Amino acid sequence: MLLKNIRKIALVSLLVLSFPLGALAEVNLLNVSYDPTRELYQDFNAAFAKYWKKKAGEDVVVKQSHGGSGKQARAVIDGLEADVVTLALAYDIDEIHDKAKLIPENWQKRLPHNSSPYTSTIVFLVRKGNPKKIKDWNDLVKPGVAVITPNPKTSGGARWNYLAAWAYALKQKGGNDAKAKEFVTKLFKNVPVLDSGARGSTTTFVQRGQGDVLLAWENEAFLAVNELGKDKFEIVVPSLSILAEPPVTVVDKVVDRKGTRKVAEEYLKYLYTPEGQELAAKNYYRPIDKKVAAKYAKTFTKVKLITIDEVFGGWRKAQKTHFADGGVFDQIYTPSK
Amino acid sequence: MHLPGRKNRDSTAFAGRGMTEPALVRWFLIASALAFLALFLFVPLAAVFSQALEKGWDAYIEAIREPDALTAIKLTVVTAAIAVPLNLVFGVSAAWAIAKFKFRGKSFLITLIDLPFSVSPVISGLIYVLLFGLQGWLGPWLQEHNVKIIFAVPGIVLATIFVTFPFVARELIPLMEAQGKDEEEAATVLGASGLQTFFRVTLPNVRWGIIYGVILCNARAMGEFGAVSVVSGHIRGSTNTVPLHVEILYNEYNYAAAFAVASLLALLALVTLAVKSVAEWKMRKEA
Amino acid sequence: MALHNKKNSVIPGFGPTLGYTIFYLSLIVLIPLSALVIKSTDLSWQQFVGAVTADRVLASYRVTFGAALMAAAANAFFGVLVAWVLVRYRFPGKRLVDALVDLPFALPTAVAGITLATVYSSNGWLGRYLEPRGIKVAFTPVGIFVAMTFIGLPFVVRTVQPVLEELESEVEEAAVCLGACRWQTFSRVLFPTLLPSVLTGFALAFARAVGEYGSVIFIAGNMPMVSEITPLLIITKLEQYDYAGATAIASVMLGASFILLFAVNLLQWWSRRYAE
Repeated sequence: MLLKNIRKIALVSLLVLSFPLGALAEVNLLNVSYDPTRELYQDFNAAFAKYWKKKAGEDVVVKQSHGGSGKQARAVIDGLEADVVTLALAYDIDEIHDKAKLIPENWQKRLPHNSSPYTSTIVFLVRKGNPKKIKDWNDLVKPGVAVITPNPKTSGGARWNYLAAWAYALKQKGGNDAKAKEFVTKLFKNVPVLDSGARGSTTTFVQRGQGDVLLAWENEAFLAVNELGKDKFEIVVPSLSILAEPPVTVVDKVVDRKGTRKVAEEYLKYLYTPEGQELAAKNYYRPIDKKVAAKYAKTFTKVKLITIDEVFGGWRKAQKTHFADGGVFDQIYTPSK
Repeated sequence: MHLPGRKNRDSTAFAGRGMTEPALVRWFLIASALAFLALFLFVPLAAVFSQALEKGWDAYIEAIREPDALTAIKLTVVTAAIAVPLNLVFGVSAAWAIAKFKFRGKSFLITLIDLPFSVSPVISGLIYVLLFGLQGWLGPWLQEHNVKIIFAVPGIVLATIFVTFPFVARELIPLMEAQGKDEEEAATVLGASGLQTFFRVTLPNVRWGIIYGVILCNARAMGEFGAVSVVSGHIRGSTNTVPLHVEILYNEYNYAAAFAVASLLALLALVTLAVKSVAEWKMRKEA
Repeated sequence: MALHNKKNSVIPGFGPTLGYTIFYLSLIVLIPLSALVIKSTDLSWQQFVGAVTADRVLASYRVTFGAALMAAAANAFFGVLVAWVLVRYRFPGKRLVDALVDLPFALPTAVAGITLATVYSSNGWLGRYLEPRGIKVAFTPVGIFVAMTFIGLPFVVRTVQPVLEELESEVEEAAVCLGACRWQTFSRVLFPTLLPSVLTGFALAFARAVGEYGSVIFIAGNMPMVSEITPLLIITKLEQYDYAGATAIASVMLGASFILLFAVNLLQWWSRRYAE
């Protein structure tokens, strides 16, 4: 008797509980991203939720997960159920295909512009007044200049730093691989601290007062200046830098199982609309949309940008030559045999 | 430390000639202990609070009341509430077996119990990824049955249990060994059952050890960062524990808020002190 | 493994407690750890040896184990001192100090690292006084020592403290009656009683320091060959999706820690037997 009653009560309460949940058709998306995009996606998620409510009448809640790019890719490979990934470099997303087959091999062809709705580059952050007179890459290898950069082995951003320096040396008169290696070796001899992530390096430079120059993402440098003191730091844009393309993709296996493909795809497409581009520019990512780019032309200094494909033959190759164990970066630090 | 109703263990009890050190030696020892603690403990602690309050009380309260912070606090409390009792039961039973009996391979067993201490937190997270991850042994099966372990609460609990595994056992083993087993043997001979012996004879003797063990276990459970970080997935507002939330705030250059939330964990040590004192006081009243 | 010898004990409960201990131990620790070791066998023997004996890896063993050993030694010495002072003496603020000892457990390791780096870097509270005197702590191997000392601090204090509290004053009284001076009482009577717990604390502090990652990376500087710790190399391997390589190094660390802990536990067991 008592048991029956309990069952009844449980049933009723279940119904009551499930009713309002059912009425509030709510879609949950998980966007797994890298460290510097927190501010961007905070704004963007709110804008998209509004847009989607208007367009499809559905409430969408986008949850965020941030961390080092490589670590985040690994989490997705190991089963973190991301509907979309928005990472620092294509290599990390390639791995999601290679290791877990969660996305097709041609994922990068699915959205315009190599699936990169915004771009960025590497710039220098120096202390106010630029006391060491740092103007370009060759100033970084001078004796007495302390350079702060994260470790390229653990940080996606640092890989861009390293490759930009390499490309600069390569493009100098008479530049070749041997000279570039020598240049980069000298540069890293000036690095007193190798943090494991981009944000760690910023803190070391800004809060701990270590080093004369920080190599950083352009958007990170802007953010650091705005958040931590306009009167303390300056941004220096070198003569040549690298075009960083942080790509995005839907994770097919996940969205198909969760039934969220449509909204996930729309979410990424929204990045390419003028509204999305505007938000990217406001958060100091270079927009690819011509009109928005023109509007924000003042913010972003024009700089000669090389791409990873033209100089290094793509990420897989760059990763293997430079950053794999025993690669060029390791040789810089291990005594030559 | 006052042990209620029993021997008074303060210096007064040792005041007889030769039972304590000359005042000069005493103060020198106190001073050097405090100097060491100052260098490695007090100054860093003061730094935490000074940074937490850098932007004033309002910002401090705001940082703690923020919804993501509250979810993180809730998750941390739930995790500790599962992990600590499990490890307590294990610790007591392991200490009983090890301290009260002789058997071969005892040192080996103790060493295995110690092992989680020496495993890098990164690895303690990784082992569960290797087991339950999508590329792991059980991952595909779990996904088929829609069971989430890593990147969800069960994984966080498992990793926490792992890193706090030895605390209670390690606290109790030396203590119970030092006490010998005469009292328990006497109780058994007089006809007490195993549980009676434990609750009436052993427990009163080791209660401080148990309390220490639980406090340490709890503190570490709530403060664990590395292992939990590997299995959490860092989803804001759902799988972030307090330490992970601190890291997020810190990485957002929100230093004051980061330290404010971190100071909660530092306050934990002080709260446990209060709990300890109240328990002591109550027992003294009973005595 | 555990063939017990029941005839020398009348106390009940051996079977269930040991059984449960082994069951829980297997479930939480042994099975997951075996996954680690098995994963590392993805490598051939030569690859395994190559992975764990590369120059940078060897250098990182030296840094990690060296700093951990020094930190544990510092903690053993000062830990006994702190425990002694806390149990035996009265001074203002003693209870507060007592509570604060647990802080390194409660503080997330990342916060600990950040805080220590703040305090000991050249513009920090302590660093600004140390640096002009030529003592550079943050971003050097000394920083690793400081971080490891911090995280291992509670172990010795908390293992010695209860033993010291439970110590019968009669023993000391007897020693005094027999004419021992204070130092003799300590070194001949008290210290041998405390030794097992000191060793336990030392071993635990050491083991914990060896594996520590979160707090160390913020203060170490992480320069390859100089201040790079082994757990960082494991992370580096993971970043390259080299799970097998990472687990290989991890297995070596695991083995080394196990041997050291085992040695300490054997020593203890032996010293107890000797005492009996």
